[in-house]
Amino acid sequence: MLVLENVHTHYGKIEALHGVSVEVKKGEIVSLIGANGAGKTTLLMTVCGSPQASSGRVILEGRDITNEPTSQIMRSGIAIVPEGRRVFSGLTVEENLHMGGFFNTKAEIRKSQDHVYDLFPRLKEREHQRAGTMSGGEQQMLAIGRALMSKPRMIILDEPSLGLAPIVIQQIFEIIGQLREEGITVFLVEQNAHQALNLADRGYVLETGRIRLHDTGKNLLANPDVRNAYLGG
Amino acid sequence: MAAQNLKHALFCAFITIIIAYPILGLNLVAEGTSVKLEGANTATVVNVFLAAVAVFLFQVFRDNIMGVFGKVPNLNPLANRGPVSQEKRLLMERVFFVAIILLALVWPFIVSRGAVDLATLVLIYIMLALGLNVVVGLAGLLDLGYVAFYAVGAYTFALLSQYFGISFWLALPIGALLAALFGFVLGFPVLRLRGDYLAIVTLGFGEIIRILLNNWTSLTGGPNGIGGIPDPTLFGMEFGRRVKEEGNVSFHETFGIAYSGEHKVIFLYLIALVLAIFTLLVIRRFMRMPVGRAWEALREDEIAARSLGMSRTAVKLSAFTIGAFFAGFAGTVFASKQGFISPESFVFLESAIILAIVVLGGMGSQVGVILAAIAVTILPELAREFSEYRMLIFGAAMVLMMVWRPQGLLPMRRIQIEIKEQG
Repeated sequence: MLVLENVHTHYGKIEALHGVSVEVKKGEIVSLIGANGAGKTTLLMTVCGSPQASSGRVILEGRDITNEPTSQIMRSGIAIVPEGRRVFSGLTVEENLHMGGFFNTKAEIRKSQDHVYDLFPRLKEREHQRAGTMSGGEQQMLAIGRALMSKPRMIILDEPSLGLAPIVIQQIFEIIGQLREEGITVFLVEQNAHQALNLADRGYVLETGRIRLHDTGKNLLANPDVRNAYLGG
Repeated sequence: MAAQNLKHALFCAFITIIIAYPILGLNLVAEGTSVKLEGANTATVVNVFLAAVAVFLFQVFRDNIMGVFGKVPNLNPLANRGPVSQEKRLLMERVFFVAIILLALVWPFIVSRGAVDLATLVLIYIMLALGLNVVVGLAGLLDLGYVAFYAVGAYTFALLSQYFGISFWLALPIGALLAALFGFVLGFPVLRLRGDYLAIVTLGFGEIIRILLNNWTSLTGGPNGIGGIPDPTLFGMEFGRRVKEEGNVSFHETFGIAYSGEHKVIFLYLIALVLAIFTLLVIRRFMRMPVGRAWEALREDEIAARSLGMSRTAVKLSAFTIGAFFAGFAGTVFASKQGFISPESFVFLESAIILAIVVLGGMGSQVGVILAAIAVTILPELAREFSEYRMLIFGAAMVLMMVWRPQGLLPMRRIQIEIKEQG
């Protein structure tokens, strides 16, 4: 579904990714874990074309998207939930969702909206409330719901657990598991390594711009190096 | 706290003396060929010191005074109003628009010529402010050089009529389209910029246009400007006493009424009114179309908007282009109204005033912007009897406005809160 081949990404002269290769297969949940500054977000942004990879290739469903503009990539069956939620705080929940289905027809929007409300009944309750007035967990639900509005075949989540209470994190991860059952491929970037690896089919460990380890989620959880570095021993 | 206030107050009083004394307390007197510096009479000097004392006292008791001011907002009848429901608000807005349009239609027939002229100016500012509202209020791009597009519209008409004898009606779309083209072209370099940096570049662009007009003497006449810009015609009927162009007839002869200079003024007013309403409706339409929502999304959060597949380029360029288009409109009407234009009319102060209208009216709100345009244009006229203090009063009114209603006269409302009972 999504393949990164030996991708290098630069911010100006600084190289943030030193030849990263990652593959996400259809229907999988793949987790990418790593410490602060390892390049996790950079990797995601490279997939979205902002910044674009300076060398290597990014292939989405067999199509080379390395040099396509962001707006083009984001309209081709892939959706991202950006780090820190970034909901439109002045808009209501419903309006936020409609923004997510910006390029769809009205009928499609209505259908995906109902679907999102099924997934997150809490959002239905808050339909006409301004997004900025909701709690962090609700905003995260809204951010995921908004990404789902474009009916993506693949969804990328950047640190969905950031700054949330443990019980809310639990709910969010349950929803992510539910997405897989609906046939949506999930690429998950997390600092919360335990939860992320538990849920994932496969996982990658990113360290200072390089992939250090690559294995199934269960094996990575058992790996002593990973336990030491990310799971607190 | 008190000591700090005292220090601050002393400093402010000192600054007051430094500024006021040389301006008021010293006079330049010409004696033959030389210029001499003389002290002013004692009364003025005393006044300067009294002013310094007043500043000192105000600063010392600033907290108390501002505390009293802080309680004043209760005077504002709108302050504590609860949110109005969506349908009611739409209805109120519609009633407001219909009422104001009806008033505007009968206006020229019940007031003096001077008032009609002023009203035309108000309408031009409404067009400008509605256009800038798209760029600043909706798309959130701070544009300090908006007057450049106004100038492009005005000069397009002036030059076309001077060199090719093109009439107002043909120049109107050309001027607007050319201004839109300039907006589009300016859009490209500023695409990557945001906030302060964007403001600086647009400010520079505004100055470039003005200085270009000032110095390209062979084409634009430089500081001398361009005169003799023709008035608009009504289906080939001219409003002058005598017909200037062959093939045209005059308005008063066609209808067999006595010539009156007022006809032209009223006609110009009505044109401005129709164009202002056109601007209002078109932009209203845009606001409800996807592109309008895209502008707002980009203003709210650029990264989120891009993550949903919106093209930053297309959204920003469309905002700049549409905003500039209506400035070109206003410019053409302005050139026709004045009959003479020069770079003097397109200085930075104009940009600042238009921006002030948008901010005072409440970013993004059309009703607010219209009210503010009326207030900002008429206030200096009303304050004319205070002669040299009128800009001071104007400035003070703006400061007070920002203290009491920082969100503008009628801020754009998106309130849709429905409080449901917990069950």
